[in-house]
Amino acid sequence: MSETKNKDSTEFWRWQEYQRVIKEKTWKDKDIITAGVDVGSVGSKATILINGEIYSWGIMRTGSNSPESAIKVLDFAMKGTDLCLDDLKYVVGTGYGRVNVPMANKAITEIACHAKGANYIWGSKVRTVLDVGGQDIKAIHCDETGRVTSFLMNDKCAAGTGRGMEIFADLLQIPIEKIGEVSLNVDKEPPPVSCTCVAFAKTEAVGLLRKGWSKEMVLAAYTRAMAIRMSNLVNRVGLEKEFVITGGQSKNAGIVKRIENVLNVETLPSPNWETGGLDPMIAGAIGAALFAKALYLKNQKN
Amino acid sequence: MISKSEKLLTITIGIDLGTQTIKVVILKDNLVLTREKAVSGFETSKVAKQVIDEALKKTKLSINDISHITATGAGVQMAPNPNSTISMMSADAKAGFYLFPKARTIIDVGAEEARAIKCDDNGIMVDFVVNERCAAGAGAFIEAMARAIEVKMEEMGPLSLKAERASSINATCVIFGESDVVSLIHKQESKPEIARAVFDAMADRISSMVHRLGVNPEVVLVGGVAKDVGFIASLKRKLGVDISIPDYPEYAGALGAALIAAKRAKRNK
Repeated sequence: MSETKNKDSTEFWRWQEYQRVIKEKTWKDKDIITAGVDVGSVGSKATILINGEIYSWGIMRTGSNSPESAIKVLDFAMKGTDLCLDDLKYVVGTGYGRVNVPMANKAITEIACHAKGANYIWGSKVRTVLDVGGQDIKAIHCDETGRVTSFLMNDKCAAGTGRGMEIFADLLQIPIEKIGEVSLNVDKEPPPVSCTCVAFAKTEAVGLLRKGWSKEMVLAAYTRAMAIRMSNLVNRVGLEKEFVITGGQSKNAGIVKRIENVLNVETLPSPNWETGGLDPMIAGAIGAALFAKALYLKNQKN
Repeated sequence: MISKSEKLLTITIGIDLGTQTIKVVILKDNLVLTREKAVSGFETSKVAKQVIDEALKKTKLSINDISHITATGAGVQMAPNPNSTISMMSADAKAGFYLFPKARTIIDVGAEEARAIKCDDNGIMVDFVVNERCAAGAGAFIEAMARAIEVKMEEMGPLSLKAERASSINATCVIFGESDVVSLIHKQESKPEIARAVFDAMADRISSMVHRLGVNPEVVLVGGVAKDVGFIASLKRKLGVDISIPDYPEYAGALGAALIAAKRAKRNK
């Protein structure tokens, strides 16, 4: 919800925007440099690949204007690389705002891109991908090449998506990166809240706090309800090992743990960008950049 | 003061503990003596008691003059010592039929819930459809969208009537709807058009609920949202029939509960 906030106050919901360049890598003019731009409802991600291998990426918050967000995040990904827009052989746009990526040669659905990106991050063994973004939950099945074989998504309701977490971070004054850990800090798991409608999240949480629930309990109850919603979607599409989680909520330990609990399965360990690994949040952008490479090569042949 | 002869009359209270406001109606022999309401807040029981006290004060009655209290609404379990309770659907049906004897379809759109009720020729509920736990089909939707286009909620209705054409937004979810509104703002769509799109989207949802029951005239609209001229206009367009709206539509649930209380009081005599 957009509410006017005091500029001086800490914005607990604000997650970290960052950019990463793989320093060991260099590029030459004849290299196939492609980019994927994933404009999500909450976060915008851009990835640059050199000959199909990751070179740099950037993650930032999506502004109210999709084309502007796409330009900004791609610039961000290219920061400190000497690359400019003209060096990019092919750009694919994806995500909620994919039709509004001005420099894109083509737009591809985020379903296809996430499967492809998960295949790149975790390898060919991945079969089920759960992507939880700001407004979307997608459960995707794919084959060993990362091609989508079936999927389901929440096209009618935002309940259980990442947006609710931002509201809680603000309300409970807990930095969003810490929300997951805090939610796990309960002696006994409370029953899940009955309603995960994002529009009612705040009132529901305040009600529980007034009843004397601790912040941890409130978060645990809401996180559990979200995890159940997500797990239902996975069950409906059919859970097949190996299973991975992508998108912003893949960084929420409280969500991941509870999904594993509800589905009685372990997810493949996620790389950690803070220690030099990839980021499951850019799976869609990686997929888009991989499609960009394939499309570029196809065009060259014709 | 109440004279002795008057004391033989049946005076009842209906209390509707809504998600946003608590409404009380005091009824004397099926005529409304007074209406009172307050924001539910987080101490629902306390507020409920205050609203009853306030209504009693206005009518110069004491709680001992009341022969029966019936409670209804989402917070019914927090009602202070009611003699009985009644479902929201039955309360709506009772009030709708009392206000408009030809009512066959009653639609109640509140802050966080919406209901459509089908009645038979005797005002008895035969079927209903409910929208709960989702903000998209209730007043919360208008509230969220008003915030997105930065106008006051009560300005939305009059604003929407100035729209020159219809644009559309997603009505299945407040969060998705909000994204659509932001897109419309970027397409430089004017506020009246966006406001109308909001009401059209909501009316679409409510009318699809009503269609599951069949649109049987006379159609009565109650609940807090029934005061919104924008929503009324959109719902009329979508349903294609005339809609009857009582004065004080937000008190329908409390009125229905008070009517049921009167019936139960007489039976107990």
